[in-house]
Amino acid sequence: MKLSPSRWRDTVVGILIPIGAVAGALLAGVLILVLAGVNPVKAYGPLLIGPFANLYGIAQTITKATPLLLVGLGICIGFRGGVINIGGEGQIVAGALFTTWVGLQLRSLPGIVLIPLLLLTGFIGGALWGAVPGILKARLNASEILSTIMMNLIAAQGVSFLLRGPMIDPAEIAYGTGFPQSEALTEWAWLPRVIPRTTVHLGAIIALVMAVLVYVFLWRTTIGYRVRAVGYSKDASRYAGINVARYAVLAMLLSGGLAGLAGAVEVMGIHHRLLDGVSAGYGFTGIVAGLFGKLHPIGVIPASFLFGALLVGADKMQRAVGVSPGIVYALQGLVVLFVVSSDLWVRRRSARRVEGGGEELVND
Amino acid sequence: MINELLKEGALILILASGVRLATPYLFAALGEMIGQRSGVLNLGVDGTMMLSAFTAFYVTFASGSLALGVLVGVLTGGLMGLIMAVVSVTMRAEQGISGIGLHLFGLGMSNLLFRLSLGAISTVEGFRPLSVPILSDLPVIGAVFFRHNVLVYLAFVLVPVAWVVLFRTPLGLKIRAVGENPQAADTLGVSVTGIRYLCVIIGGMMSGLAGTYLSIGLNNMYVDNITNGMGWIAVALVYFGRWHPWGVLAGSLLFSVVNALQIWVQVRGIAIPYEFAVMMPYVLTIVALAFAVRRAQQPAALSKPYERAEA
Repeated sequence: MKLSPSRWRDTVVGILIPIGAVAGALLAGVLILVLAGVNPVKAYGPLLIGPFANLYGIAQTITKATPLLLVGLGICIGFRGGVINIGGEGQIVAGALFTTWVGLQLRSLPGIVLIPLLLLTGFIGGALWGAVPGILKARLNASEILSTIMMNLIAAQGVSFLLRGPMIDPAEIAYGTGFPQSEALTEWAWLPRVIPRTTVHLGAIIALVMAVLVYVFLWRTTIGYRVRAVGYSKDASRYAGINVARYAVLAMLLSGGLAGLAGAVEVMGIHHRLLDGVSAGYGFTGIVAGLFGKLHPIGVIPASFLFGALLVGADKMQRAVGVSPGIVYALQGLVVLFVVSSDLWVRRRSARRVEGGGEELVND
Repeated sequence: MINELLKEGALILILASGVRLATPYLFAALGEMIGQRSGVLNLGVDGTMMLSAFTAFYVTFASGSLALGVLVGVLTGGLMGLIMAVVSVTMRAEQGISGIGLHLFGLGMSNLLFRLSLGAISTVEGFRPLSVPILSDLPVIGAVFFRHNVLVYLAFVLVPVAWVVLFRTPLGLKIRAVGENPQAADTLGVSVTGIRYLCVIIGGMMSGLAGTYLSIGLNNMYVDNITNGMGWIAVALVYFGRWHPWGVLAGSLLFSVVNALQIWVQVRGIAIPYEFAVMMPYVLTIVALAFAVRRAQQPAALSKPYERAEA
């Protein structure tokens, strides 16, 4: 496809505006740091350079980008299908729980069978957790924004209960330490490392493959077309004979499934067991990565890399200047606020283009 | 257990504690209702409550003045409301997402400031119960409703106040018009932007009051994650209450009595895992959303940014 000069300019601006928004958020963060009595120059060095300073930093960034990409892909399907899935946190937890539980039952299977099986299990766990709000929305018109948030809170409590009771590692009881974590998965179930001596695991490749699959699904299949149609206009879709409720549930199911897969790869690639707080905020940050990538599966790849870097950098900054981890959430909150705000300028530009030039609207 | 529950004393305790626990729900949900009536869905309630809970606590701790604590808690909430208004009204951002951003900001800031300033859990002398003369001597009702602190009374008084303002004043008419049909309101010379700013800021202030009550009216201390998801439930209570002050009151009381019952059960040491007890209001919220809410009644322009059509 050839791009006209004006299209090129729009594309460049379309990338620069959100990046400017992130820069704006970090600038606002300076205020917070000054308020906290921290020298901002000292703090922002690790934040901006840390993630890229060496192979180790880059590897950490890719590791954090992996769940973000998977959640963000789910956000693409959900939002394109007209469901606002805020339930990534709970769906990650559900996926991680399913994967761990099944993994602990099937220790004797060889890795070549076990790994795909556990990935699928995680997907199903997240999909089921997402299906509840999806069905409630489709059948009873219950706000999915609120019910997914409630499902997050329920999942966190549920796993907290399991890890202190039925699923706690017997060794924790035997030694009397009682740390809330499950038994470790057998090594056959661990995702192999793809960059030696770093934490980058097979999950990164899986996430990239999923990005391509989600793209093909949304833009090259009839079902994907219908999902987008329902998200674009419910009334028009209904008029065209599409079963709107069914596709809304499907969008929620796939969206939850991808978040569940993120939970599975976190367990199989990083922790090798179930822990409290396995979702680590990825369910929220993944939403931002999805929006930042313009709800396009390929766009979410660089977006999740960027937000992975932000998480790694914030982590490094937090440790370098010794402030509490709250700073990471505060910065993330600012980034969300700035990014969603900056969208106004992007929309204005595309509105002008439609008015002015008769060029086809890129909104796919 | 049932026998114990049926004793008059136990019931009064549970109901009285239900009235106290309804207070933060009422403040936050009434405020959120006003914002939603003007067409803005603010999901930042929980984060706003946390930040206000901290600032109110800290100021009270440092100055010894409860009044100053309340003032700062409310102002903090108002400021959070202002941020939400700028992002969702002026910048016309997707409200479902910007509220999450505001929540994360409040969550992070409260944690950061707490660690920096206090670091450890401390306590203050919070609001003392104030018995209402005569009424507090009534059997049962007196103990349940009239032996609380001033913030509790304020929350309940705000229910009829919200009703009068929304349904019996020109301002209320404007608010509802902006939430139902901003184009028409704009045509009639009502400032959509002005009304939405006002409502979202008031909503923020009331979330601020909710948080303030938690730290210096109920617990008399500040801990991380002091809200335990109350802010999210407050948003759901607006749906449950069908965007009406009396409905919000009913929902708040239902949830708080369930909560009080849950706490009573835990204190008795009855074998329900703690996590299930905490989960109860969340599950109840989902059930309520699915079966008790008719969204046909929601403000027609809820969560839709308004853009005047250019001539």
